[in-house]
Amino acid sequence: MGKDKKETSAIRGKKKSQFRNIMRRFMKNQTAVFGLVVIVVLLIFALFPAQLSNPDYTIQDLANRYAGPSAQHFLGTDELGRDMYTRIVWGCRTSLAIGLASVGIACAIGVTLGTLAGYFGGILDNVLMRIVDVLMAVPNLLLGISIVAALGNSISVLIFAIALGNIAAFARVTRSSVITVRDTEYVEAARATGASDGRIMWKYVLPNALAPIIVQVTTSLAGNILNISGLSFVGLGVPAPTPEWGSMLSNARSIMRDYPLQIVFPGIAIMLTVFAFNLFGDGLRDALDPRLKN
Amino acid sequence: MIKYIGKRILMLVPVLLGVVLLVFSMMYFSPGNAEDYILGDMATEEDKEAFREEHGLNEPFVIQYINYVKDALRGDLGISYTTKQPVAEEIFKRFPTTFKLALLSTLWSIVIGITIGIISAVRQYSILDNVTRLIAMLGVSIPTFWEGLMLIILFSVQLALLPASGFTTWKHWILPSFTIGTHSAATVMRMMRSSMLEAIRQDYITTAKSKGQTNFVVVTKHALRNAIIPVMTLVGVNFGKLLGGSAITEIVFSIPGLGNLIIDGIKVKNAPLVQGGILVIALAMALCNLLIDVLYAYVDPRIRSQYVKPKVKLAQKSATTEEEK
Repeated sequence: MGKDKKETSAIRGKKKSQFRNIMRRFMKNQTAVFGLVVIVVLLIFALFPAQLSNPDYTIQDLANRYAGPSAQHFLGTDELGRDMYTRIVWGCRTSLAIGLASVGIACAIGVTLGTLAGYFGGILDNVLMRIVDVLMAVPNLLLGISIVAALGNSISVLIFAIALGNIAAFARVTRSSVITVRDTEYVEAARATGASDGRIMWKYVLPNALAPIIVQVTTSLAGNILNISGLSFVGLGVPAPTPEWGSMLSNARSIMRDYPLQIVFPGIAIMLTVFAFNLFGDGLRDALDPRLKN
Repeated sequence: MIKYIGKRILMLVPVLLGVVLLVFSMMYFSPGNAEDYILGDMATEEDKEAFREEHGLNEPFVIQYINYVKDALRGDLGISYTTKQPVAEEIFKRFPTTFKLALLSTLWSIVIGITIGIISAVRQYSILDNVTRLIAMLGVSIPTFWEGLMLIILFSVQLALLPASGFTTWKHWILPSFTIGTHSAATVMRMMRSSMLEAIRQDYITTAKSKGQTNFVVVTKHALRNAIIPVMTLVGVNFGKLLGGSAITEIVFSIPGLGNLIIDGIKVKNAPLVQGGILVIALAMALCNLLIDVLYAYVDPRIRSQYVKPKVKLAQKSATTEEEK
């Protein structure tokens, strides 16, 4: 019993130092750290939009429509005289919430499918991967557009539509990662001790197959935020009063010849967010890659 | 090789059936009926019934699906609800436009992506390398429709150099293809750089250098030939994606392409058009990927050797696959 405890603590200790190693490598990468800082700032905006801007994003100042940047309105006002800065800050919450929720759902389903396919192989693998092929065969954005058009404009439909397009990527990444782990000696050892398939997958295979999945989360998040704004831009995204960057662009499109600034700011917000997640994901990929260890 | 291609084509069948099923059920189970959208509020109940009867909408789901697949195999994708034209005709009228846009965009991405990628790899960690890498990352992060709008503001509104929408003269094509092209150029550039970095560390590069070859020849002749293969694959995959994925850019520049057609169809629940459009896109993407893999084997002798067998054997193999059919 005592020996057992010692062993687990030794393993725990090693785990920690590996985590520290990854952190150290990540922190050396300046662009990745920049990405992380931007993400943290965005998260703060998303969590406290009311404190950091105006608590009500629907206030209309009809006398001040299309105003340029001023002390009262940092980024000017839109076609209804609503403060652009406030709407961009609240839009950050919309984008991040939908992005995170859809990635969460896609990750849960995709990782489950990928693990089952990779671990068991055979017919199950074949069937699951053909389903994934079908999802891969339709461009994400078209898939999203047709789902939202079919089921109606609402945030939950939007989350589902975006998530569906991501499942395939998660399943593929997980499957190939699981396959490399599946035949290792520690998995064999676990099987020899009588661990069930479920336990082996959950306790031994998945933790060791995790690195590429984590990277996929960040890239999917970046892609999803782009797709959400794309869907909103076509008028099939977030329903009207909720502020969203893509729908702000869509509203401003008709008047962009006269008020180009209306187009500039929401676009920069989208770009900066996606850019930060991409930088972060890239840094994470490098930090997690064992080949690049020193 | 032939066996490989045949197998790949056979594997396409279940995927395409699945795509049809996916889109079909989405359209079928969605609330709101096509006849209400198409016939308008004035239509009587009898008119609607006649419409449903005419388009086979009264049949159960499975029958409708099987009928659709049967017709699709004969090249009949149904009749568009709005224009009353065959869907296949509508799609193939639009396809050349989307194809041309994808081709031009791919050209941009090749020219920009490969050149910058090579320079970036040869001068690794130089200021130029760091700056272009950041720009490439930015390029992947820009929403294409926003980039399009910004380019319109700059080149059409402010400078009045290029037209903002339409597709008649060559000038109309510059902005849309550049918008999409820069986006894929960013991915091409990243792939080119990493692939080139790997190639210039190989032994044969050292050999070429020690023979006294100039740096330029070493890079363009020895390294590039080996480094270009994964980039080629990426360019092909990107091209396939563009056939279906440039819908929003088509909207921004009002280009009457396939994507625009499908999105219009989705809005009025024109089911045959949407199903047909997505099916054609999925088919085009899949064939594109197949073509890349075949080309890949053709270009790289190491891969080719895995498939090409002595001639007698190959003849036998193809004969058996004929029989299997």
